[in-house]
Amino acid sequence: MPPMSFRPSPARVLSRSLPEARWRPGLPAQPFHSEIFAPATEASGAGLALALARDALAAAGAAGGEGEDTRQVLWVQDRKAIQRGGRPCLAGFPPAWRHRLIHVAAATPEDALFAIEEGVRCRDLACVIGEIAGNPRALSFTASRRLSLAAERHGVRLWLVRLDAEADLSSARMRWRVGAAPSPPPRWNPAAPGTATWHAELFRARAHAPGEWMLSDDNTALAIRRDPEDDHAATPDPVRLARATFGRSLAARARP
Amino acid sequence: MPTALILETAHGPRITAANDAGAAAGARAGMLLADARALCPELTAVPADPAGDLALLEKLALWAQRWGLWSAMDPPDGLLVDITGAAHLFGGEEALLADVGRAFAAQGFTARASLGPTAGSAWALSHFGRSGAILTADDDPLRLLGDLPVAALRLDADVLTVLRRLGIKRLGELAGVTGAGDDDAAREAAARDALRRRFRNHRSPAANPLLRLDQMLGRVPEPLLPVIARPMPMVQRRLAEPLRHRALLDRVVEDLAGDMVRALEARGEGARRLELALWRVDGEVLTRRIELAAATRESGHIMRLFASRLDDVDAGFGIETVQLRASWSEPLALAQADLDAAAEHHGTALAACIDRLTVRLGPKAVTRPVARASHLPERAQAWQPPLDPVPAQQGAFAFHSRPLKLLERPEPIAVLYASPDGFPQRFRWRGTVREVVRVEGPERIAPEWWRERSTARLRDYYRIEDAAGARYWIYRRGIAGDGRGGVPDWFLQGLYA
Repeated sequence: MPPMSFRPSPARVLSRSLPEARWRPGLPAQPFHSEIFAPATEASGAGLALALARDALAAAGAAGGEGEDTRQVLWVQDRKAIQRGGRPCLAGFPPAWRHRLIHVAAATPEDALFAIEEGVRCRDLACVIGEIAGNPRALSFTASRRLSLAAERHGVRLWLVRLDAEADLSSARMRWRVGAAPSPPPRWNPAAPGTATWHAELFRARAHAPGEWMLSDDNTALAIRRDPEDDHAATPDPVRLARATFGRSLAARARP
Repeated sequence: MPTALILETAHGPRITAANDAGAAAGARAGMLLADARALCPELTAVPADPAGDLALLEKLALWAQRWGLWSAMDPPDGLLVDITGAAHLFGGEEALLADVGRAFAAQGFTARASLGPTAGSAWALSHFGRSGAILTADDDPLRLLGDLPVAALRLDADVLTVLRRLGIKRLGELAGVTGAGDDDAAREAAARDALRRRFRNHRSPAANPLLRLDQMLGRVPEPLLPVIARPMPMVQRRLAEPLRHRALLDRVVEDLAGDMVRALEARGEGARRLELALWRVDGEVLTRRIELAAATRESGHIMRLFASRLDDVDAGFGIETVQLRASWSEPLALAQADLDAAAEHHGTALAACIDRLTVRLGPKAVTRPVARASHLPERAQAWQPPLDPVPAQQGAFAFHSRPLKLLERPEPIAVLYASPDGFPQRFRWRGTVREVVRVEGPERIAPEWWRERSTARLRDYYRIEDAAGARYWIYRRGIAGDGRGGVPDWFLQGLYA
């Protein structure tokens, strides 16, 4: 799929009547309950949830102006999600989050929902990230409504990753669909995989218009990757830096 | 009937103790049971229970505080009681020792009791002196105890061997090594100095006879560890009318939780483990136990945790007594109470949240991943209880890239086409064929030879990205021709974000 490049029209940028109609990373007002639909054969769902959570916490921390955030993060998985997508690996986490992770391995989706709700009710948690595989009967509209209300009441943000799931009824305030996308070539080894890049589609949101973005996260901040051509500007290319060969003989170029 | 207590050792059952008939028949502590049976074929062997003996000794030490305010254990079979200023209550020291003998005989124990001004002298007299011997503070201990063997100093067996080889058999010989007596003080001091240098490196009192001798004579202090009774906080309700309904039971448990909170508050403690026992009319006892992640003293929290454990209680003909015990408690200071009273407004605390998750999902389900010193990815991460302190860790190498998620176990992939460099160009995983577009690697991780078999194969890890952009961590187990198996297999272990 070709990467969709989004350029906001000047009218939309200038209009302040609808504040922040387009979603962008770093917005201070983020919803408390989001859903991310992702395939189970990739870690893109967990990666985007983690990136969004760090983005939201960084924005909230900048607004609150407090010191370093040392609150714990609750990561809840049901058994199917662990079987299909694996457990979180500490060494792959951003360094600031490695000592803050509490993992809950629930046997059933019901237990996972219970753990997520208990986590959302806990004032000492920074956020809750849940992973539930498929469309279990327990995760009905009522259950998602419970989660939304609890999260909004207690102010603990929740990102629920739905692995291999259909987008059924839900009361999540933002719903994403995400898949892995080809990464920009790294600067020093273009043949290697680059920083995490996803093709994310926001298909339902209360405060924002739907849209699609190429998002990337290099363990420092979530950013929109606007154009693959920009990468060449960032990557010094010795071939392009060479002076144009006007007025020079072809023999000189052919000489080794 | 000759009887011996035995303990299983590497060389077979070994006798730890024998009764009088057994000792008369030739059984000694430390002897192999087979040797003792050769001497006395009808010897009865009973397994020893050292842990039970120690627990009994601890109970006895508390019971022995009837003769003094302060007692200490002397494992495996001794008790020390400080009777300073208490002997007159029993009619003098002889009467006190007689009372001790009577009380132990009534309990069915054989006891040898002695009195001395120091713990060491009392021990020496009770083990090697006449039973009921009394050494007063006015006596000259060296003159009265000088004939006892050096084993009366509570020394280790190897030190006793050394002393026997040196020819020192009695306490008097150790105190006056030269045999010169008081008339040659300088020679005596020099000999003592030589002995001191012989045991210079023996810091433990049990390995240093001179230190033990000084302790027995009261020249240096001897610290002892007293046994102190710590009653477990316990509250109970006897009910006039047996309970058969859940709502009433909840009410009783709530009252008990309130009582328990007051009992714990008086001691400045919080409960870590609580046991609820329900006595039924027909004599059945049902117990429910909860463990808490942090010391707590909140009746509402205790109530909620028990509420989920009482669903399967079968009341039968009714429950007549309910008892709540805190079998494990930890110090917990008083805290400002009502700032966060409204938990429904401000949410629960982390420890309360962990408790509720643990009670419903089980203790294994709620864990914290911590780094462990290993290069193998699946061993580099351990799971521990969430509120335990995180062990100190050496910093990880920043240039090693690791995936965000690791599969529970590496999944084999079928390589359809491998590039000449050795990594797969096209492979099948979970029924989908993927084209590898970009590769980085290999990162070689050798097997941990100190804990794995010699046939364990090394792993070459590659980070790959397929045509759709999904990033994986795959490895080849072994290399061709390493002599540890056939063609190397490929596995997919991690998913990059």
